[in-house]
Amino acid sequence: MNITWYIVLSSLLFATGVLGILIRRSPMVILLCLELMLNAGNLALVAFSRMVGNEQGQVFAVIVMVIAACEVVVGLGLIVAIFRRRLPLNVDDLRELRG
Amino acid sequence: MEAVVFFVAAIGALGGAIGVISMRNPFYSVLALIIHLFSLAALFLLLTAAFVAAAQVVVYAGAVMVLYVFVVAYVGGGGESAWEPIPFQRFLAPLLGIALFVELSIAVLGSALKALETHGPDARNGFGDPAAIGRLLLEKFLLPFEASSILLLLAAVGAIVLASRRREVEGEAPSKHSPTRLEGASPSTPHV
Repeated sequence: MNITWYIVLSSLLFATGVLGILIRRSPMVILLCLELMLNAGNLALVAFSRMVGNEQGQVFAVIVMVIAACEVVVGLGLIVAIFRRRLPLNVDDLRELRG
Repeated sequence: MEAVVFFVAAIGALGGAIGVISMRNPFYSVLALIIHLFSLAALFLLLTAAFVAAAQVVVYAGAVMVLYVFVVAYVGGGGESAWEPIPFQRFLAPLLGIALFVELSIAVLGSALKALETHGPDARNGFGDPAAIGRLLLEKFLLPFEASSILLLLAAVGAIVLASRRREVEGEAPSKHSPTRLEGASPSTPHV
């Protein structure tokens, strides 16, 4: 398969993640959509690394996985903290910081 | 054969992604994301990235998804309201998503990267296996490797601080918080 197929699939997955963030309101599902977007980026990185014939892109993808794990941990901690304070788990209601 | 595997994995990845954004129950969204991650691991294998595929299955589909399942089970999947803060949001958002996809595709296919239409150079024996990745991580990318380990430690400590009970803190200085906040901090009868 050409590298183009992988890149087009990656941009399709990225657009799906953006669409999910635009239409969903639960912070948990928004975190899942962030995972979709990071994974689409990972797919593009690995595909480009195959295209160049160099493994450094794969190392980059592994580092992106680490960052995604950190983001998940902090995000889920925030969700648990929101839940403990009895605030609504809805990003449209959590708008106090907007001023 | 390779094309068959690619299309099966691509349909799995795309179907999983659409499942994530369309399921009402967050628990089903997490399950759809697991399908998506396994399909992506198959795609990584097709791209001769064995270590990345293994890390995807073990770390992502294993550890991170267990974390999600625990939090979904703790918080509970509440239904989302149908209230739209922006009028016609349900119709505008897909348009924006399609526009983004078209834009990204044009940007990639319009870039004069000649190697895009090839399979890439012939992969030498052991391309992307754990030995090669490990050597790169410990020789060329030692500093990012160590920085990411410190970042993981910071995230773990931060998550514990964020999600820990605040009763002890509020017990020390109860006058700083209103009684309703103290009431709200007790996790006995949750309601959303």
